[in-house]
Amino acid sequence: MSAVANDAIATAVLAQFPAVQQKHADNGRAFLLVPKGDLVAVAHFLRTQKSLRFDALMDLTAYDLLKYPSTPPSDDIAVVYLLFSYQHRHKVTLKVLAPRAECEVATVSGEWPAALYFEREVFDLFGVRFPGHPSLRRIMTPDDWQGHPLRKDYLYPDSYHGVAHLRDGQHFEGSPPRGGDTP
Amino acid sequence: MTTDERPGNRADEQVHMAAVDEFLAWGKEHSLFYLLFATACCGIELMQAGGPRYDVDRLGMIPRATPRQADLMIVAGTITHKMAGRVRTLWEQMTEPRWVVSMGSCANSGGPFSKWSYSVLNGIDKYVPVDIYIPGCPPRPEALIDGVMALRERVKRYRTVGERDRTPYIVAGPEAPFGGHCKVPDFTAKKPDGGGGGSA
Ligand code: SF4
Repeated sequence: MSAVANDAIATAVLAQFPAVQQKHADNGRAFLLVPKGDLVAVAHFLRTQKSLRFDALMDLTAYDLLKYPSTPPSDDIAVVYLLFSYQHRHKVTLKVLAPRAECEVATVSGEWPAALYFEREVFDLFGVRFPGHPSLRRIMTPDDWQGHPLRKDYLYPDSYHGVAHLRDGQHFEGSPPRGGDTP
Repeated sequence: MTTDERPGNRADEQVHMAAVDEFLAWGKEHSLFYLLFATACCGIELMQAGGPRYDVDRLGMIPRATPRQADLMIVAGTITHKMAGRVRTLWEQMTEPRWVVSMGSCANSGGPFSKWSYSVLNGIDKYVPVDIYIPGCPPRPEALIDGVMALRERVKRYRTVGERDRTPYIVAGPEAPFGGHCKVPDFTAKKPDGGGGGSA
């Protein structure tokens, strides 16, 4: 899609929500940085506004900013929403920063039911909680798994249900640290 | 040569005299029904072995969709900690005598995931007893058939009463008749230079 259309989307959103910022990623792609509190309102606006009509949530994912070469250094978890409009054939990317300590972002499953599974995945792997989600359970790892594996400070388990992860005497040089028994 | 003299038609090949147990073992050997079960890329090679080119059906191996009808479980693919309990359940549902073939590096030892993964189990033999190990990533269907032939030898020796042969057998491992080229790694040995195998 063309940059003009992207700017038009940003202009429409910024007119309604002045706290939203338009940013550019390293590769030049534009995205909207949405404050946590505005997310559901912005999502509703994007979905219902006639000229925007973002009727599809293509993806909802996250990444960990810890050890990421960003300025200023941050340890937030960024939750990313990729939206697409089947009617207008345009896309937009939203990002929300969730602080590591109190990792909560309101659910958008009220706008796009597709978010239900995505949010479970992000919760499972990054530990972001989505208040308002009807059933926020783990989806990939077992229900009794400890920790959130895609966080960069995740400590690998050395056993699960009493079964050791490595084989007897197995030893790898330079492998990630293991510890913290997963019960 | 009359019809009766052709190989396979002679009287001593048609009539079998055996003790019941031996006869049952003979039957089991020629009808190893395997569980239709695969978890990762090794499963593709397993399907290939069942396809027309390799056609394990001719060895009497017919896939069964339920563990209750299967004699043989071929663990083909990566087993995660989450999956391992399910594999154990499937194995428990199989009736005795049951055999397990671990196919591929993942099922043997975690394979390419053994070092960097948090979720992959390093070897299904931590959950179920394995009779035959087939190395390779993935093993070719020939290797799988080699493993099945080794298993058939074991099934032939199986008796309802008495000790069961539980020695692990590695296809192309040190003691294999056609192999010996597949070394079993000594995990306890540390490299003298302290360098890690492939670590960044
Ligand atoms: S051993 Fe290799 S081919 Fe087989 S499941 Fe593992 S990664 Fe895939």
